[in-house]
Amino acid sequence: MFELSSDHEDFRQAVRDFAEQEVAPHVAQWDRDSYFPSELVPKMGEMGLFGIVVPEEYGGTREEGAFTYLCLAIEELGRVDQSIGITLSAGVGLGINPILTFGDHAQKERFLPDLVAGRALAGFGLTEPEAGSDAGATKTRARLEGDQWVVDGAKAFITNSGTDITSVVTVTARTGQREDGRPEISAIMIPAGTPGFTVEPPYRKLGWHISDTHGLTFENCRVPEENLLGARGHGFRQFLATLDDGRIAIAALAVGMAQAMLEQSTEYAKTRIAFGRPIGVNQGVSFPIADLAVSVEAARLLTYKAAWLKDELEAGRRTSAEVKNAAAMAKLYATEAAVSATRTAAQVFGGNGFMEEYPIARFYRDAKILEVGEGTSEVQRMLIGRGLGLPS
Amino acid sequence: MNIVVCVKHVPDAQSDRTFDAADNTTEREAVDGLLSELDEYAVEEALKIKEAAGDDTTVTILTMGPAKAADAVKKSLQMGADAGVHVSDDALAGSDSIATSLVLAKAVEKIGGVDLVLTGMASTDGTMSVVPAMLAERLGLPQVTFASELTLDGSTVTIRRDGDVATEVVRASLPAVVSVTDQINEPRYPSFKGIMAAKKKPVQTFSLADLGVDASEVGLDAAWTKVTQITQRPPRQQGLVVTDDGNGGAVLAQFLTMQKFV
Repeated sequence: MFELSSDHEDFRQAVRDFAEQEVAPHVAQWDRDSYFPSELVPKMGEMGLFGIVVPEEYGGTREEGAFTYLCLAIEELGRVDQSIGITLSAGVGLGINPILTFGDHAQKERFLPDLVAGRALAGFGLTEPEAGSDAGATKTRARLEGDQWVVDGAKAFITNSGTDITSVVTVTARTGQREDGRPEISAIMIPAGTPGFTVEPPYRKLGWHISDTHGLTFENCRVPEENLLGARGHGFRQFLATLDDGRIAIAALAVGMAQAMLEQSTEYAKTRIAFGRPIGVNQGVSFPIADLAVSVEAARLLTYKAAWLKDELEAGRRTSAEVKNAAAMAKLYATEAAVSATRTAAQVFGGNGFMEEYPIARFYRDAKILEVGEGTSEVQRMLIGRGLGLPS
Repeated sequence: MNIVVCVKHVPDAQSDRTFDAADNTTEREAVDGLLSELDEYAVEEALKIKEAAGDDTTVTILTMGPAKAADAVKKSLQMGADAGVHVSDDALAGSDSIATSLVLAKAVEKIGGVDLVLTGMASTDGTMSVVPAMLAERLGLPQVTFASELTLDGSTVTIRRDGDVATEVVRASLPAVVSVTDQINEPRYPSFKGIMAAKKKPVQTFSLADLGVDASEVGLDAAWTKVTQITQRPPRQQGLVVTDDGNGGAVLAQFLTMQKFV
């Protein structure tokens, strides 16, 4: 009951081997240079990582329980490097999923095979300089002129939007006003290279240096009418539907980080000698590591429970309310556990934890965003409170 | 075309590998095992031949070893091989390369209709590199070893062998036994699709009786050589630190001469 199958473990091992052989040797350099390794993406595609949730007709391997496998891949990549983990998570959750879920056949045929193979990446632009979870405040506008959408506006913090293999970015935009006076928000696909679509220079970030993140601006950017993704006016609702998946995926990323901190702290406490003995003999060192082990276990159980519920929902056996609640709990707990884990590891490593020569510093910098992206910890608490029926 | 790839399940080199105190054989039960990394190149080469040739080529993985050795077959099937054959028998414990080659040869004959036998250049535990040659001898087939490049052309196989002083190009008629080096290709990782598909692929298990091999010909007692004693490698000596007082170069040269490096 509390064990993944041998297929899960075989897949975990394959991704772990990949991460340790293809990512780990380069990651310190990539991080230092803020270099996005687009040459790694087709290799991830060959392993089938982008196609796990995609049906066979578009090049994927979708079967029941697919989301749990995707979470395993995100965890294992995240255990070696968080930026590579988020590249997969966003590539699938924000790049592929909206097209897969809301696209028509022609749109899927056009974009999905390359995305699944890792020949291309796609982004999703919701956040704006002045609109985050508050999507009603979206300022980007799209108006229909003849048979073209004309998009004007700006998006912020868009993952995988400016790589040299990015094929398309889907953005939310106001396309009119609803009867109740609120803005009508639709999703429009903007292929890379469309005139009027400018990818701003990469952000300077605290962490996730390897991940590709840009602001985007649109000025009189024209795309064909058929680039509307899903129904007009459903842009925000569509996006909300993908949020729960994203939260579970971030929880898996956090589990990978906490696991890495546990392994590295344990190893260091066994081998680092101070006063003639390994530092792990001191309870001041071993107790925080013991607590860390407990939090990794708890985070993993919450995360895979949520992933399993998501797969059960797909199979029609659970409700979305159950998934929403489990996703919020997993995301809240796992990300806060991951942040604590980096603090514990940095303390165990002492001065070395502060040095970029050791990977702890990179994980320490990468941790904070986990408590922020895909809904802050406060948003998760709000959702959990709502689920309990607390007045809101 | 029918390709058989011989693979070995070996103790993980990352773990603490030990010998069984009772008979000085490699301890296989207590440590994690895996498909010998050098055999992955043979599997990959077979898969590349299959992909280039089309659907009528089959890749069969052959291994000899205890129950855990099935993992080496499974990993190869996950990479994309079509079928597996696992020879397992309690009497095989402690078999040397002579016995191993006998059993593998019998299994290749039982599989039948084999055009090409591929192996790694050595196992990562025994590292003797002799089984491919012995296997070819027992099968009466050309042995073409240490291939760093392989080309098939109708009824012949041509390989490149990079030696210390020369590069040889060797051609043999099929069927043949070819061992490949770690320079020949870049083995793939099992894909998600491969892992899910591997479960449905056939794996046959043979005992010695199935192969018509008498138990007296294999195992520790039949081995032509015997490991009589094992001594732990002495711990590495601490390095010599020389403070350069202007004569550092001379001291370094003297040290290297004493160690017979120059």
